[in-house]
Amino acid sequence: MEKDVAVIGVGQSSFVRGYEGSIRELAFEAFREAMQDAGITQKDVAASVFCSAPEYDKQRSPAGVLAEYLGLIPQPTFYIETVCSSSSSGVKVAYSMIKAGLHDVVCVVGFQKMSEITSAESQERMGRGADIQWEAPFGTMMPAYYALYAQAYMAKHGLTHEDLMKVRLKSATYGVVNERAVYRKGVKAEDFDAKNPEAKMAGPVAWPLRVGDCCANADGSSCIILANKEKAKAFSKKPIWVIGIGAASEAVNMAARPDFTKGLSVGYKAGEQAYKMAGVTAKDVKVAEVHDCFTIAEIMAYEGLGFAKMGEGKELIRAKETYKEGRIPVNVDGGLLSKGHPIGATGGSQMRTIVLQLRDEAGPMQVPGNPDIGLVHNVGGVGLYGNVTIFGR
Amino acid sequence: MGFEKFGRKSFTAMTKTGKFVDMLVEGKIEGTVCKKCGAKFFPPRADCASCLSKEMDWFEMPKKGKLETFTTAYYAPFGFEADPPYTMGVVDFGGNLKLFARVAKEVKLEDVKVGMDVGARPLKYDDGQISFEIVKA
Repeated sequence: MEKDVAVIGVGQSSFVRGYEGSIRELAFEAFREAMQDAGITQKDVAASVFCSAPEYDKQRSPAGVLAEYLGLIPQPTFYIETVCSSSSSGVKVAYSMIKAGLHDVVCVVGFQKMSEITSAESQERMGRGADIQWEAPFGTMMPAYYALYAQAYMAKHGLTHEDLMKVRLKSATYGVVNERAVYRKGVKAEDFDAKNPEAKMAGPVAWPLRVGDCCANADGSSCIILANKEKAKAFSKKPIWVIGIGAASEAVNMAARPDFTKGLSVGYKAGEQAYKMAGVTAKDVKVAEVHDCFTIAEIMAYEGLGFAKMGEGKELIRAKETYKEGRIPVNVDGGLLSKGHPIGATGGSQMRTIVLQLRDEAGPMQVPGNPDIGLVHNVGGVGLYGNVTIFGR
Repeated sequence: MGFEKFGRKSFTAMTKTGKFVDMLVEGKIEGTVCKKCGAKFFPPRADCASCLSKEMDWFEMPKKGKLETFTTAYYAPFGFEADPPYTMGVVDFGGNLKLFARVAKEVKLEDVKVGMDVGARPLKYDDGQISFEIVKA
Protein backbone atom coordinates (compact mmCIF):
# COMPACT_ATOMS: atom_id res chain seq x y z
CA MET A 1 0.00 0.00 0.00
CA GLU A 2 1.47 3.31 -1.14
CA LYS A 3 1.38 6.25 1.24
CA ASP A 4 2.17 9.14 -1.08
CA VAL A 5 -0.92 11.36 -0.93
CA ALA A 6 -2.92 12.05 2.23
CA VAL A 7 -6.06 13.86 3.30
CA ILE A 8 -5.01 16.49 5.84
CA GLY A 9 -8.28 18.40 6.18
CA VAL A 10 -12.00 17.73 5.77
CA GLY A 11 -15.05 19.97 5.94
CA GLN A 12 -18.74 19.94 5.19
CA SER A 13 -21.59 22.42 5.47
CA SER A 14 -24.85 21.35 7.00
CA PHE A 15 -26.98 19.81 4.26
CA VAL A 16 -30.20 21.83 4.13
CA ARG A 17 -33.27 22.64 2.08
CA GLY A 18 -33.02 26.17 0.69
CA TYR A 19 -29.60 27.42 1.84
CA GLU A 20 -29.87 31.10 2.73
CA GLY A 21 -26.84 32.36 0.87
CA SER A 22 -25.10 32.24 -2.48
CA ILE A 23 -22.94 29.42 -3.85
CA ARG A 24 -19.70 31.21 -2.88
CA GLU A 25 -20.92 31.50 0.71
CA LEU A 26 -22.00 27.88 0.69
CA ALA A 27 -18.56 26.77 -0.54
CA PHE A 28 -16.92 28.92 2.14
CA GLU A 29 -18.58 26.90 4.93
CA ALA A 30 -16.93 23.61 3.97
CA PHE A 31 -13.64 25.23 2.99
CA ARG A 32 -13.28 27.11 6.30
CA GLU A 33 -13.89 23.94 8.31
CA ALA A 34 -11.39 21.94 6.25
CA MET A 35 -8.73 24.65 6.55
CA GLN A 36 -9.19 24.83 10.31
CA ASP A 37 -9.07 21.05 10.45
CA ALA A 38 -5.79 21.02 8.51
CA GLY A 39 -4.40 23.96 10.46
CA ILE A 40 -3.10 25.70 7.34
CA THR A 41 -3.62 29.03 5.59
CA GLN A 42 -4.45 29.79 1.96
CA LYS A 43 -0.78 30.39 1.07
CA ASP A 44 -0.19 26.70 1.83
CA VAL A 45 -2.75 25.63 -0.81
CA ALA A 46 -1.01 25.35 -4.18
CA ALA A 47 -4.09 24.72 -6.35
CA SER A 48 -7.85 24.24 -6.08
CA VAL A 49 -10.45 22.12 -7.87
CA PHE A 50 -14.18 22.92 -7.81
CA CYS A 51 -16.89 20.37 -8.50
CA SER A 52 -20.65 20.58 -9.08
CA ALA A 53 -23.33 19.61 -11.56
CA PRO A 54 -23.41 22.72 -13.75
CA GLU A 55 -27.05 22.55 -14.77
CA TYR A 56 -28.00 23.86 -11.32
CA ASP A 57 -25.57 26.78 -11.34
CA LYS A 58 -26.47 30.18 -12.67
CA GLN A 59 -22.82 31.25 -12.38
CA ARG A 60 -20.95 30.30 -15.50
CA SER A 61 -17.49 28.82 -14.79
CA PRO A 62 -17.76 28.92 -10.99
CA ALA A 63 -14.16 27.83 -10.20
CA GLY A 64 -12.55 31.23 -10.61
CA VAL A 65 -15.33 33.02 -8.75
CA LEU A 66 -15.23 30.64 -5.80
CA ALA A 67 -11.41 30.54 -5.70
CA GLU A 68 -11.36 34.29 -5.29
CA TYR A 69 -14.01 34.21 -2.54
CA LEU A 70 -12.02 31.58 -0.64
CA GLY A 71 -8.80 33.61 -0.90
CA LEU A 72 -7.14 31.12 -3.25
CA ILE A 73 -5.96 33.43 -6.03
CA PRO A 74 -3.59 33.64 -7.86
CA GLN A 75 -3.07 29.86 -7.53
CA PRO A 76 -4.37 27.72 -10.41
CA THR A 77 -7.98 26.55 -10.24
CA PHE A 78 -10.42 24.69 -12.50
CA TYR A 79 -13.67 22.77 -12.59
CA ILE A 80 -14.46 19.03 -12.75
CA GLU A 81 -17.82 17.43 -13.42
CA THR A 82 -19.21 13.88 -13.37
CA VAL A 83 -22.70 14.76 -12.05
CA CYS A 84 -23.26 13.06 -8.67
CA SER A 85 -19.65 11.83 -8.44
CA SER A 86 -18.06 15.17 -9.34
CA SER A 87 -16.11 15.64 -6.12
CA SER A 88 -14.75 12.06 -6.21
CA SER A 89 -13.50 12.81 -9.72
CA GLY A 90 -12.05 16.06 -8.36
CA VAL A 91 -10.13 14.15 -5.69
CA LYS A 92 -8.84 11.74 -8.32
CA VAL A 93 -7.49 14.66 -10.35
CA ALA A 94 -6.02 16.34 -7.25
CA TYR A 95 -4.32 13.05 -6.31
CA SER A 96 -2.84 12.86 -9.81
CA MET A 97 -1.52 16.43 -9.67
CA ILE A 98 0.17 15.78 -6.34
CA LYS A 99 1.55 12.41 -7.39
CA ALA A 100 2.94 14.00 -10.57
CA GLY A 101 4.78 16.53 -8.45
CA LEU A 102 2.98 19.54 -9.92
CA HIS A 103 1.57 20.76 -6.60
CA ASP A 104 2.15 19.81 -2.95
CA VAL A 105 -1.22 20.75 -1.42
CA VAL A 106 -4.53 20.79 -3.37
CA CYS A 107 -8.03 21.49 -2.07
CA VAL A 108 -11.14 19.98 -3.67
CA VAL A 109 -14.41 21.81 -3.04
CA GLY A 110 -17.71 20.19 -4.00
CA PHE A 111 -20.84 22.28 -3.84
CA GLN A 112 -24.44 22.30 -5.00
CA LYS A 113 -27.23 24.71 -4.42
CA MET A 114 -30.06 22.67 -5.90
CA SER A 115 -32.47 25.41 -4.83
CA GLU A 116 -30.56 27.88 -7.04
CA ILE A 117 -33.22 27.19 -9.66
CA THR A 118 -36.99 26.80 -9.28
CA SER A 119 -38.49 23.38 -8.71
CA ALA A 120 -40.08 23.51 -12.19
CA GLU A 121 -36.66 24.19 -13.72
CA SER A 122 -35.20 21.41 -11.58
CA GLN A 123 -37.88 18.97 -12.76
CA GLU A 124 -37.00 19.75 -16.34
CA ARG A 125 -33.29 19.20 -15.76
CA MET A 126 -33.98 15.93 -13.91
CA GLY A 127 -35.78 14.70 -17.03
CA ARG A 128 -32.67 15.43 -19.04
CA GLY A 129 -30.33 13.67 -16.62
CA ALA A 130 -29.58 10.79 -18.94
CA ASP A 131 -29.82 10.28 -22.74
CA ILE A 132 -31.69 13.36 -23.99
CA GLN A 133 -31.77 12.18 -27.60
CA TRP A 134 -33.28 8.73 -27.18
CA GLU A 135 -34.70 8.40 -23.64
CA ALA A 136 -35.83 11.76 -22.24
CA PRO A 137 -38.50 11.94 -25.03
CA PHE A 138 -40.33 9.11 -23.18
CA GLY A 139 -40.51 11.14 -19.94
CA THR A 140 -37.72 9.57 -17.88
CA MET A 141 -36.56 10.69 -14.44
CA MET A 142 -33.83 9.46 -12.10
CA PRO A 143 -36.14 7.34 -9.88
CA ALA A 144 -37.53 5.59 -12.98
CA TYR A 145 -34.06 4.55 -14.10
CA TYR A 146 -33.14 3.06 -10.74
CA ALA A 147 -36.59 1.46 -10.61
CA LEU A 148 -35.70 -0.45 -13.81
CA TYR A 149 -32.77 -1.95 -11.93
CA ALA A 150 -34.93 -2.59 -8.84
CA GLN A 151 -37.67 -4.38 -10.81
CA ALA A 152 -35.30 -6.78 -12.59
CA TYR A 153 -33.24 -7.36 -9.45
CA MET A 154 -36.28 -8.08 -7.25
CA ALA A 155 -37.71 -10.53 -9.82
CA LYS A 156 -34.45 -12.50 -10.00
CA HIS A 157 -33.02 -12.36 -6.49
CA GLY A 158 -36.10 -12.38 -4.25
CA LEU A 159 -35.41 -8.94 -2.83
CA THR A 160 -38.58 -7.52 -1.25
CA HIS A 161 -40.01 -4.09 -0.49
CA GLU A 162 -39.40 -4.90 3.17
CA ASP A 163 -35.68 -5.31 2.44
CA LEU A 164 -35.59 -1.93 0.68
CA MET A 165 -37.40 -0.40 3.64
CA LYS A 166 -34.75 -1.81 5.97
CA VAL A 167 -32.07 0.12 4.08
CA ARG A 168 -34.03 3.32 4.68
CA LEU A 169 -34.61 2.51 8.36
CA LYS A 170 -30.85 2.12 8.77
CA SER A 171 -30.01 5.40 7.07
CA ALA A 172 -32.66 7.19 9.13
CA THR A 173 -31.16 5.76 12.33
CA TYR A 174 -27.95 7.65 11.55
CA GLY A 175 -29.62 10.69 9.99
CA VAL A 176 -31.15 11.30 13.42
CA VAL A 177 -27.71 11.54 15.08
CA ASN A 178 -25.89 13.36 12.24
CA GLU A 179 -26.30 17.06 12.94
CA ARG A 180 -25.23 17.86 9.35
CA ALA A 181 -28.01 15.73 7.78
CA VAL A 182 -30.99 17.27 5.97
CA TYR A 183 -33.43 14.54 7.07
CA ARG A 184 -33.14 14.20 10.84
CA LYS A 185 -36.52 12.68 11.58
CA GLY A 186 -36.73 9.03 12.48
CA VAL A 187 -38.43 6.62 10.11
CA LYS A 188 -40.54 3.65 11.26
CA ALA A 189 -41.91 0.62 9.43
CA GLU A 190 -45.43 2.12 9.76
CA ASP A 191 -44.29 5.00 7.55
CA PHE A 192 -44.04 2.51 4.66
CA ASP A 193 -47.45 0.92 5.27
CA ALA A 194 -49.56 1.73 2.20
CA LYS A 195 -52.74 1.02 4.21
CA ASN A 196 -51.86 3.81 6.64
CA PRO A 197 -53.12 7.12 5.19
CA GLU A 198 -50.48 9.01 7.22
CA ALA A 199 -47.61 6.92 5.84
CA LYS A 200 -45.23 9.49 4.38
CA MET A 201 -42.79 6.98 2.83
CA ALA A 202 -45.30 4.66 1.11
CA GLY A 203 -46.43 6.58 -1.97
CA PRO A 204 -45.21 5.26 -5.33
CA VAL A 205 -42.71 7.45 -7.20
CA ALA A 206 -41.51 5.09 -9.92
CA TRP A 207 -42.70 1.59 -9.05
CA PRO A 208 -41.26 -0.44 -7.39
CA LEU A 209 -39.59 2.56 -5.70
CA ARG A 210 -41.58 4.57 -3.16
CA VAL A 211 -41.01 7.97 -1.55
CA GLY A 212 -38.97 6.39 1.22
CA ASP A 213 -36.69 4.66 -1.27
CA CYS A 214 -35.50 7.99 -2.71
CA CYS A 215 -32.76 10.26 -1.37
CA ALA A 216 -33.31 13.80 -0.21
CA ASN A 217 -32.31 16.73 -2.44
CA ALA A 218 -30.27 19.28 -0.51
CA ASP A 219 -28.01 22.29 -0.71
CA GLY A 220 -24.54 21.67 0.63
CA SER A 221 -20.79 21.82 0.23
CA SER A 222 -17.79 19.64 1.07
CA CYS A 223 -14.03 20.18 1.09
CA ILE A 224 -11.14 17.71 1.04
CA ILE A 225 -7.56 18.97 1.34
CA LEU A 226 -4.87 16.64 -0.01
CA ALA A 227 -1.11 16.85 0.43
CA ASN A 228 2.05 15.03 -0.58
CA LYS A 229 3.96 12.91 1.94
CA GLU A 230 6.28 15.68 3.07
CA LYS A 231 3.55 18.27 3.65
CA ALA A 232 1.19 15.71 5.17
CA LYS A 233 3.77 14.80 7.80
CA ALA A 234 4.60 18.47 8.43
CA PHE A 235 0.99 19.65 8.79
CA SER A 236 -0.98 16.70 10.11
CA LYS A 237 -0.87 14.55 13.25
CA LYS A 238 -3.37 12.10 11.74
CA PRO A 239 -2.93 12.00 7.95
CA ILE A 240 -5.34 9.61 6.24
CA TRP A 241 -3.75 8.16 3.11
CA VAL A 242 -5.44 7.69 -0.24
CA ILE A 243 -4.37 4.11 -0.96
CA GLY A 244 -6.65 3.07 -3.81
CA ILE A 245 -8.50 4.83 -6.62
CA GLY A 246 -10.69 3.33 -9.32
CA ALA A 247 -13.04 4.85 -11.88
CA ALA A 248 -15.15 3.60 -14.79
CA SER A 249 -17.86 4.63 -17.25
CA GLU A 250 -20.84 2.88 -18.87
CA ALA A 251 -23.27 3.39 -21.78
CA VAL A 252 -25.81 6.10 -21.03
CA ASN A 253 -28.75 4.39 -22.79
CA MET A 254 -30.61 1.62 -20.96
CA ALA A 255 -30.80 -0.29 -24.26
CA ALA A 256 -27.02 -0.72 -24.08
CA ARG A 257 -26.89 -1.99 -20.48
CA PRO A 258 -25.73 -5.60 -20.24
CA ASP A 259 -27.77 -7.00 -17.32
CA PHE A 260 -30.19 -5.27 -14.95
CA THR A 261 -29.94 -8.03 -12.35
CA LYS A 262 -26.24 -7.50 -11.71
CA GLY A 263 -26.16 -3.90 -10.53
CA LEU A 264 -24.16 -1.03 -11.95
CA SER A 265 -21.07 -2.15 -13.87
CA VAL A 266 -19.16 1.04 -12.99
CA GLY A 267 -19.37 0.16 -9.31
CA TYR A 268 -17.63 -3.19 -9.50
CA LYS A 269 -15.16 -2.09 -12.19
CA ALA A 270 -14.06 0.94 -10.16
CA GLY A 271 -13.98 -1.24 -7.04
CA GLU A 272 -11.73 -3.86 -8.66
CA GLN A 273 -9.23 -1.18 -9.68
CA ALA A 274 -9.23 0.47 -6.27
CA TYR A 275 -8.79 -2.83 -4.38
CA LYS A 276 -5.92 -3.82 -6.70
CA MET A 277 -4.14 -0.49 -6.28
CA ALA A 278 -4.57 -0.57 -2.49
CA GLY A 279 -3.57 -4.24 -2.25
CA VAL A 280 -6.62 -5.01 -0.10
CA THR A 281 -9.87 -6.96 -0.51
CA ALA A 282 -13.46 -6.35 0.54
CA LYS A 283 -12.78 -8.27 3.75
CA ASP A 284 -10.20 -5.65 4.80
CA VAL A 285 -12.70 -2.76 4.62
CA LYS A 286 -13.90 -1.79 8.12
CA VAL A 287 -16.30 1.01 7.18
CA ALA A 288 -17.81 2.14 3.86
CA GLU A 289 -19.83 4.92 2.31
CA VAL A 290 -21.79 3.79 -0.74
CA HIS A 291 -23.91 5.76 -3.21
CA ASP A 292 -27.43 5.13 -1.87
CA CYS A 293 -29.32 7.64 -4.03
CA PHE A 294 -32.07 5.00 -3.89
CA THR A 295 -32.40 2.06 -1.49
CA ILE A 296 -31.83 -0.44 -4.32
CA ALA A 297 -28.52 1.26 -5.11
CA GLU A 298 -27.17 0.40 -1.65
CA ILE A 299 -28.07 -3.29 -2.04
CA MET A 300 -26.44 -3.39 -5.49
CA ALA A 301 -23.34 -1.66 -4.09
CA TYR A 302 -22.94 -4.33 -1.35
CA GLU A 303 -22.56 -6.88 -4.14
CA GLY A 304 -20.56 -4.77 -6.57
CA LEU A 305 -17.99 -4.05 -3.87
CA GLY A 306 -17.79 -7.66 -2.72
CA PHE A 307 -19.35 -7.20 0.74
CA ALA A 308 -21.90 -9.83 -0.32
CA LYS A 309 -22.15 -12.35 -3.15
CA MET A 310 -24.30 -11.49 -6.17
CA GLY A 311 -27.97 -11.71 -5.16
CA GLU A 312 -27.19 -11.94 -1.44
CA GLY A 313 -26.98 -8.24 -0.58
CA LYS A 314 -30.37 -8.51 1.10
CA GLU A 315 -28.91 -10.87 3.71
CA LEU A 316 -26.59 -8.12 4.96
CA ILE A 317 -29.41 -5.67 5.70
CA ARG A 318 -31.70 -8.41 7.08
CA ALA A 319 -28.97 -9.38 9.58
CA LYS A 320 -28.14 -5.71 10.30
CA GLU A 321 -24.54 -6.40 9.27
CA THR A 322 -24.24 -2.94 7.73
CA TYR A 323 -25.18 -1.16 10.97
CA LYS A 324 -22.42 0.46 13.03
CA GLU A 325 -21.91 -2.65 15.14
CA GLY A 326 -22.14 -5.07 12.19
CA ARG A 327 -19.58 -6.90 10.07
CA ILE A 328 -19.28 -4.12 7.47
CA PRO A 329 -20.82 -0.79 8.55
CA VAL A 330 -22.21 1.14 5.54
CA ASN A 331 -23.49 4.71 5.41
CA VAL A 332 -23.52 5.17 9.16
CA ASP A 333 -23.76 8.94 8.63
CA GLY A 334 -27.26 8.66 7.12
CA GLY A 335 -26.09 8.21 3.54
CA LEU A 336 -27.58 10.09 0.64
CA LEU A 337 -31.02 8.87 1.75
CA SER A 338 -31.05 10.81 5.03
CA LYS A 339 -27.92 12.97 5.12
CA GLY A 340 -28.97 14.31 1.71
CA HIS A 341 -27.54 14.45 -1.80
CA PRO A 342 -26.29 17.88 -2.88
CA ILE A 343 -24.91 16.44 -6.11
CA GLY A 344 -21.48 18.04 -6.48
CA ALA A 345 -20.80 17.94 -2.72
CA THR A 346 -21.72 14.30 -2.14
CA GLY A 347 -18.42 12.51 -2.85
CA GLY A 348 -16.45 14.91 -0.65
CA SER A 349 -18.98 14.48 2.13
CA GLN A 350 -18.67 10.68 1.92
CA MET A 351 -14.88 11.04 2.11
CA ARG A 352 -15.12 13.35 5.11
CA THR A 353 -17.17 10.71 6.91
CA ILE A 354 -14.57 8.01 6.18
CA VAL A 355 -11.64 10.24 7.20
CA LEU A 356 -13.36 11.06 10.51
CA GLN A 357 -14.04 7.33 11.04
CA LEU A 358 -10.39 6.39 10.45
CA ARG A 359 -9.29 9.17 12.84
CA ASP A 360 -11.76 7.89 15.46
CA GLU A 361 -13.47 11.31 15.44
CA ALA A 362 -16.94 10.41 14.11
CA GLY A 363 -18.75 11.04 17.42
CA PRO A 364 -22.11 9.27 17.77
CA MET A 365 -21.56 7.62 14.36
CA GLN A 366 -18.13 6.18 15.22
CA VAL A 367 -17.66 2.55 14.25
CA PRO A 368 -16.10 0.65 17.17
CA GLY A 369 -12.73 -1.11 16.98
CA ASN A 370 -10.54 1.65 15.47
CA PRO A 371 -11.26 1.05 11.78
CA ASP A 372 -8.06 1.27 9.73
CA ILE A 373 -9.37 0.94 6.15
CA GLY A 374 -12.41 2.74 4.73
CA LEU A 375 -14.02 2.86 1.29
CA VAL A 376 -16.04 5.46 -0.64
CA HIS A 377 -18.27 4.39 -3.57
CA ASN A 378 -19.67 7.36 -5.48
CA VAL A 379 -21.75 7.00 -8.67
CA GLY A 380 -22.62 9.66 -11.25
CA GLY A 381 -25.88 9.50 -13.20
CA VAL A 382 -27.51 6.08 -13.50
CA GLY A 383 -24.17 4.30 -13.27
CA LEU A 384 -22.79 6.48 -16.06
CA TYR A 385 -19.72 7.22 -13.97
CA GLY A 386 -18.38 5.23 -11.01
CA ASN A 387 -15.64 6.14 -8.55
CA VAL A 388 -14.25 4.07 -5.69
CA THR A 389 -11.65 5.55 -3.33
CA ILE A 390 -9.98 3.60 -0.51
CA PHE A 391 -8.39 5.28 2.50
CA GLY A 392 -5.98 3.93 5.10
CA ARG A 393 -4.30 5.12 8.30
CA MET B 1 -39.01 15.14 -41.03
CA GLY B 2 -37.09 16.85 -38.22
CA PHE B 3 -36.12 15.06 -35.05
CA GLU B 4 -38.18 17.52 -32.99
CA LYS B 5 -41.13 15.31 -33.93
CA PHE B 6 -39.65 12.31 -32.08
CA GLY B 7 -41.14 11.11 -28.81
CA ARG B 8 -43.66 12.66 -26.45
CA LYS B 9 -41.35 15.68 -26.39
CA SER B 10 -38.00 15.95 -28.17
CA PHE B 11 -34.93 17.69 -26.77
CA THR B 12 -32.88 17.28 -29.96
CA ALA B 13 -33.68 19.16 -33.17
CA MET B 14 -31.01 17.76 -35.48
CA THR B 15 -29.31 14.40 -35.80
CA LYS B 16 -27.86 12.50 -38.75
CA THR B 17 -30.18 9.65 -37.74
CA GLY B 18 -33.29 11.81 -38.32
CA LYS B 19 -34.49 9.36 -40.99
CA PHE B 20 -35.49 7.12 -38.06
CA VAL B 21 -38.60 9.29 -37.59
CA ASP B 22 -39.57 9.03 -41.27
CA MET B 23 -39.29 5.26 -41.03
CA LEU B 24 -41.52 5.23 -37.94
CA VAL B 25 -44.15 7.03 -40.06
CA GLU B 26 -43.75 4.23 -42.62
CA GLY B 27 -44.38 1.69 -39.87
CA LYS B 28 -40.80 0.51 -39.41
CA ILE B 29 -38.53 0.53 -36.35
CA GLU B 30 -34.95 0.39 -37.56
CA GLY B 31 -31.48 0.45 -36.10
CA THR B 32 -28.19 1.01 -37.88
CA VAL B 33 -25.55 -1.51 -38.94
CA CYS B 34 -21.95 -0.66 -39.85
CA LYS B 35 -21.13 -1.40 -43.49
CA LYS B 36 -17.49 -2.06 -42.62
CA CYS B 37 -17.52 -4.18 -39.47
CA GLY B 38 -21.16 -5.25 -39.20
CA ALA B 39 -21.73 -3.85 -35.67
CA LYS B 40 -25.45 -3.28 -35.01
CA PHE B 41 -26.86 -0.42 -32.96
CA PHE B 42 -30.20 0.47 -31.41
CA PRO B 43 -30.99 3.25 -30.87
CA PRO B 44 -29.43 4.10 -34.24
CA ARG B 45 -26.03 5.79 -34.55
CA ALA B 46 -24.61 7.73 -37.49
CA ASP B 47 -21.08 6.60 -36.66
CA CYS B 48 -19.64 3.22 -35.69
CA ALA B 49 -18.32 3.02 -32.12
CA SER B 50 -16.43 -0.20 -32.96
CA CYS B 51 -14.40 0.66 -36.10
CA LEU B 52 -15.06 4.44 -36.39
CA SER B 53 -16.61 4.07 -39.86
CA LYS B 54 -19.18 6.66 -40.94
CA GLU B 55 -20.83 4.31 -43.42
CA MET B 56 -23.96 2.89 -41.90
CA ASP B 57 -27.01 1.05 -43.24
CA TRP B 58 -30.45 0.69 -41.71
CA PHE B 59 -31.87 -2.67 -40.61
CA GLU B 60 -35.27 -3.61 -39.24
CA MET B 61 -35.43 -4.53 -35.56
CA PRO B 62 -36.57 -8.06 -34.61
CA LYS B 63 -40.31 -8.51 -34.01
CA LYS B 64 -40.24 -10.46 -30.79
CA GLY B 65 -38.26 -10.16 -27.59
CA LYS B 66 -38.59 -10.46 -23.81
CA LEU B 67 -39.41 -7.65 -21.41
CA GLU B 68 -36.21 -7.45 -19.38
CA THR B 69 -37.46 -4.89 -16.87
CA PHE B 70 -39.99 -2.06 -16.44
CA THR B 71 -41.15 0.71 -14.14
CA THR B 72 -44.34 2.72 -13.73
CA ALA B 73 -43.79 6.44 -13.25
CA TYR B 74 -46.25 8.21 -10.94
CA TYR B 75 -44.49 11.56 -11.33
CA ALA B 76 -43.23 13.07 -14.54
CA PRO B 77 -40.69 15.69 -15.51
CA PHE B 78 -41.62 19.16 -16.74
CA GLY B 79 -43.52 18.90 -20.01
CA PHE B 80 -44.92 15.42 -19.31
CA GLU B 81 -47.24 16.32 -16.41
CA ALA B 82 -50.42 15.15 -18.17
CA ASP B 83 -49.12 11.62 -18.73
CA PRO B 84 -48.65 9.76 -15.40
CA PRO B 85 -49.00 7.04 -14.59
CA TYR B 86 -47.08 5.53 -17.49
CA THR B 87 -44.93 2.41 -17.75
CA MET B 88 -41.52 2.25 -19.41
CA GLY B 89 -39.45 -0.83 -20.06
CA VAL B 90 -36.49 -2.46 -21.76
CA VAL B 91 -37.00 -5.18 -24.40
CA ASP B 92 -34.19 -7.68 -24.98
CA PHE B 93 -34.27 -9.10 -28.52
CA GLY B 94 -31.08 -11.14 -28.04
CA GLY B 95 -27.88 -10.62 -30.02
CA ASN B 96 -27.05 -7.48 -27.99
CA LEU B 97 -30.11 -5.68 -29.35
CA LYS B 98 -32.32 -3.97 -26.79
CA LEU B 99 -34.94 -1.23 -26.94
CA PHE B 100 -36.20 1.27 -24.35
CA ALA B 101 -39.71 2.74 -24.67
CA ARG B 102 -43.05 3.22 -22.96
CA VAL B 103 -45.37 0.24 -22.68
CA ALA B 104 -48.60 0.75 -24.70
CA LYS B 105 -51.56 2.05 -22.65
CA GLU B 106 -53.68 -0.93 -23.78
CA VAL B 107 -51.48 -3.33 -21.80
CA LYS B 108 -52.94 -3.58 -18.31
CA LEU B 109 -50.43 -2.82 -15.58
CA GLU B 110 -51.23 -6.04 -13.72
CA ASP B 111 -50.36 -8.00 -16.87
CA VAL B 112 -46.86 -6.52 -17.23
CA LYS B 113 -44.27 -9.04 -16.07
CA VAL B 114 -40.50 -9.37 -16.31
CA GLY B 115 -39.76 -12.00 -18.98
CA MET B 116 -43.06 -11.65 -20.90
CA ASP B 117 -43.04 -11.87 -24.71
CA VAL B 118 -43.19 -8.41 -26.24
CA GLY B 119 -42.54 -6.49 -29.42
CA ALA B 120 -42.56 -2.85 -30.48
CA ARG B 121 -44.61 -0.76 -32.91
CA PRO B 122 -44.59 2.85 -34.13
CA LEU B 123 -47.00 5.30 -32.50
CA LYS B 124 -48.44 8.67 -33.51
CA TYR B 125 -49.71 10.97 -30.76
CA ASP B 126 -52.73 13.27 -31.25
CA ASP B 127 -50.43 16.30 -31.36
CA GLY B 128 -48.49 14.79 -34.28
CA GLN B 129 -45.46 13.60 -32.30
CA ILE B 130 -44.03 10.30 -33.57
CA SER B 131 -42.73 7.57 -31.25
CA PHE B 132 -42.71 3.83 -30.70
CA GLU B 133 -44.07 1.69 -27.90
CA ILE B 134 -43.84 -1.77 -26.39
CA VAL B 135 -46.73 -4.17 -27.02
CA LYS B 136 -47.53 -7.79 -26.17
CA ALA B 137 -46.12 -10.18 -28.76
